[in-house]
Amino acid sequence: MSTAFAGTGRLAVSMLRADRVRVPVWVLVMVAFVAYAAGGIPAVMGEEGLQARAEVMKEPAGAMMAGPGYGIEDYSIEILMANEMLGMFAVMVAIMSLLLVVRHTRAEEEAGRTELVRAAPVGRYAQLTAALIVLVAANAAVALGMGAALVGTGMEPVLDAWVFGAGLGAVGLVFGAAAALTVQLSSNARAASGMAGALVGAAYVLRAVGDAQAPGGSVLSWLSPIGWVQQMRIFAGLRLEPAWLAAGAVVVLVSAAYALAARRDVGAGLLPERRGRANATPAGRTLLGLTARLERPRLVWWAVGLFVFGALTGSLAGPMSEVMREQPQLLAVLGVDPGDDDAMANLVSEAMGMFLMFFAMAVAVYAAAAARGLLGDETACRSELALSAVMPRAWWLGAPLLVSLLGSTALLVVSGVGLGAGASAAIGPAAVGDFALAALAYAPLLACWAAAAMLLYGAGRGSAVLWVALIAAFVIGMYGRLLDVPQAVQDAEPFSMVDAMALVGGDGDWTPLWVAGIVAAVLSAAAMIAFRRRDLAA
Amino acid sequence: MEPVIEIEKLVKNFGRVRALDGLNLTVAPGEVHGFLGPNGAGKSTTIRVLLGLLRADAGTTRLFGGDPWKDAVDLHRRLAYVPGDVTLWPKLTGGEAIDLLGGLRGGLNATRRGELLERFDLDPTRKGRTYSKGNRQKVALVAALASDVDLLILDEPTSGLDPLMELVFQETVREAVARGATILLSSHILAEVEALCSRVTIIRDGADVQTGTLSELRRLTRSSVVLDADVAPDELSVLDAVHSLTADDSRLRFSVDDGGMGAVLSVLAGRTVRSLTATPPSLEELFVHHYGAAADRSGSDGAGRGAGAETTRKAAHRA
Repeated sequence: MSTAFAGTGRLAVSMLRADRVRVPVWVLVMVAFVAYAAGGIPAVMGEEGLQARAEVMKEPAGAMMAGPGYGIEDYSIEILMANEMLGMFAVMVAIMSLLLVVRHTRAEEEAGRTELVRAAPVGRYAQLTAALIVLVAANAAVALGMGAALVGTGMEPVLDAWVFGAGLGAVGLVFGAAAALTVQLSSNARAASGMAGALVGAAYVLRAVGDAQAPGGSVLSWLSPIGWVQQMRIFAGLRLEPAWLAAGAVVVLVSAAYALAARRDVGAGLLPERRGRANATPAGRTLLGLTARLERPRLVWWAVGLFVFGALTGSLAGPMSEVMREQPQLLAVLGVDPGDDDAMANLVSEAMGMFLMFFAMAVAVYAAAAARGLLGDETACRSELALSAVMPRAWWLGAPLLVSLLGSTALLVVSGVGLGAGASAAIGPAAVGDFALAALAYAPLLACWAAAAMLLYGAGRGSAVLWVALIAAFVIGMYGRLLDVPQAVQDAEPFSMVDAMALVGGDGDWTPLWVAGIVAAVLSAAAMIAFRRRDLAA
Repeated sequence: MEPVIEIEKLVKNFGRVRALDGLNLTVAPGEVHGFLGPNGAGKSTTIRVLLGLLRADAGTTRLFGGDPWKDAVDLHRRLAYVPGDVTLWPKLTGGEAIDLLGGLRGGLNATRRGELLERFDLDPTRKGRTYSKGNRQKVALVAALASDVDLLILDEPTSGLDPLMELVFQETVREAVARGATILLSSHILAEVEALCSRVTIIRDGADVQTGTLSELRRLTRSSVVLDADVAPDELSVLDAVHSLTADDSRLRFSVDDGGMGAVLSVLAGRTVRSLTATPPSLEELFVHHYGAAADRSGSDGAGRGAGAETTRKAAHRA
C-alpha cells in the first residue's frame, strides 16, 4: 500500500515551488485588508457609528450580506470583523483552495503531464496527496497570517483572533477537499472547478438565507461550511464545536476522493463522456454559432445560480419590511411614514436595487470570462488554426465579445426576474418586470467591462488589472462607507453610478448609461486594433 | 527466459466503445519490438494499460512478471516512457523537466544526460512553453534514455523529429539495446521499424493481426511479378499460387503467393523468357496488406467499405 504514495514528497516540492508567488499573494492581500480594516474602521466610525452599523446588520438584509450577528448588541471592531468580514474572507479562502487543488491535479492530468509523471515510479495517490499537502500548507499560511494580523492590530481575546485565522484555514481545507473529490468526477479541469465553485456558492447562499431567517442563523446556516466558522461565535463567547463539523467534512470528502482515485483510469472522469454529432450544425460552421455553442453550458449554470440566489434574496423583502416597521426611529430618519404602504414598498425596492448592483458585479465576472477563453484558444494554438482560415482578426475578437454581451444581458434579466419573483409577494407582482428592466440598466456597464477585458487580451496583457478593479469596485460598493473611502472614489465606483431603480421609476439619470455605451464601443475598437497589430503567441 | 511483456486476450472498454478486443502481445528480453497499427487501433491504449494508467477489463497483462496495475510503482523503477504527444510544464525549463522526471525515477545517469543533450542538440535552458513539438519530444527522450532502465516504452517517439535527429534516435536506441534494455516501439515510420525492430506485432481494431519477424511477415504476403515470355495467360492463371493476372501488350503482371514461384517457373521451363522481375513486398505493401486484411476480418470497417462501393455504383450509374 505504501507504494501508492511513492513520489509524493518530490511532487509536493515541485508544486510548492510552482505556487511560491501565487499563494503568498492571496494571503498577503487578505492580511493587508484585515490590517487596514482593523486599524481604520474604529478610527472612522467611532462608538456611535459602530452601534448604528449594528442596527443595519440586525436586519435580515444586513444579516444576509454579513453573518449571524453574534455579539451584535455590543458592536465592537472585533465583533464587526467576525460578523461582517469573516464570511467574505471565507469565500476568498475557499476559492483559493479549490483552484489550488484543481490546478495541481486535474489540470495537470488534462494537459497530459500526469501520464508522464505516473509512468515514473509514482504511486496512484501521490499527486492527490501532494496537492493536499500544498493545500494544508497554504491554509496554514492563511491561518497564521490572518491570526497574526488580528493579534497585531490589538484584537482581543487573543485566542479568538487566532481562531479567526484557523477557522478560515478550516474553510479552505473543506473546499479544497471538495475540489479533491470533484476532480475525480470530471475529466475536465474547468468542470471540476465549476462544480467545486458551485459548492462554495451554495454554501454562501445557505448561510445568507439561514442568517437572514433568524438572529444567530437557522438550520440552513448549519448546512454551510462558511456558516460553521461564523457559528464559532468568535469574539462573542467562543465555541469550538463547529470545527468538528469541518473536520468531519474534510475526512469524508478526502476519503471519497482517495477511494475514487484508486479505481479510475488516468485521464478519465467518473462522469461519462458522451459522443457528439458527426457534422457541425449549420450554426456550428460559423464563428458566432460556435462561440455561442461553447458558451451555452456555462451560461445555463450561471443563469440557474443567479436565479436561485435572486429569488432567495427577493423573498427576504417581506421580512425586511416587517423589521423596518418595528424600527420607527430608523424610518423617521429616512423620512418614511410606516403607515404609508407605497413609501414602505419603495424603501424595500431600493434595498433590493442594492442587491441588484451586487448581482451586476457577479455578472461582470462572467462578462470578462470571454477574453479568458480567447487566451486559452491562443495557447492551445486553436487561434492559429482559425486565423489561417478566412477569418478577419477583428471578428475573432468580435464574435466572442458579442456572445459575452448577449450572455451577460440575459443573465442580468434572469437575476432581475429572480429577484422580482422572490420579492413579488412583498412588493407586488409588478416587481418582476420592474426588476428585470432595472437590471438591464447595468448592460452598458458590463459591455465596458467585457470590452476592457478584450482590450487587455488584444494588447497581449494579462487581465489581473481587471480582476483587481472588480474586487475594488465590490469592496468599495460594500464597505466604502464603512472604511471611509474618500467620497470622490466612492462616486467614481462605476456600479453605484447607475441608479437602476430610479431609471425604472422614470426619474433617473441616463447619462452614465450613454457614457458607458460609448466607452464600451471605444474599448472594443481599441481591442480589435491592438489585436491586429500584435504577434500571436506561439 | 521470461518475457518482459506478456499480454493475453486483453480487453479494455471506454463506456460502450471497445478499444481493445482480445489483444495479445509478447516481448522477449533484449528485443526491439515494433508495435504497429493504423490510427485508433489501440496502440496507445495498450501502452497505457501496460503502464498501469488504465485498468484492464479482461485478460492478463504481465510486465516483468508483475501486475502493471497493482505493482505499478515497483515496475516503473525498471522502465521509462516517452509519449507521442509530450506536454511539459510551461514554466519549467527543459533541463528542469528532465531532472524532475529522472528524479521521480530515482536518478539519472548524469554523464549520459549531458551527452544526449548534445547529440539531440537540445537547449535545456528554455522554458517548456517555448519548445516546438520536436523539442518537447527530445526532452522526454533524453529523460528516458538517460535513465538506467530495463525497458523503454516509446509511443511514436519520433513523430516530430527531423531526419537527422531520427538517425540520432536510432543510434541511441541501439546503444540502449547494447546495454541490455528491451524496447517496445510504437511507430508509423517504416524505415525506422525496418532499421530497429527485430520483431513486430501489427494490431487492428484492438486485436493483434500478425506477429513475427519482418521476414516472417514478408513470407505471408505475395511477390509481384512482371513477365515478358512466350506463354499464354491462361497457362499461368490456372495455378493456385497466381493471383490478379493482367496482360498488356507482351507483358503479364501478376502476384504470386510465397512459395508459389516454383510452380510458375516450371510452366516457364523451356519457353523463351525475355524478362522476368519478381519484387518481394515492400514494407508499405506489407502494412497495407495487413491493415487491409484486418479490415476484411472485422466488420467495423464495413461502413467505410460500403460507402466506397456506393461511390462506385453511383459512378457506374452516371456512366
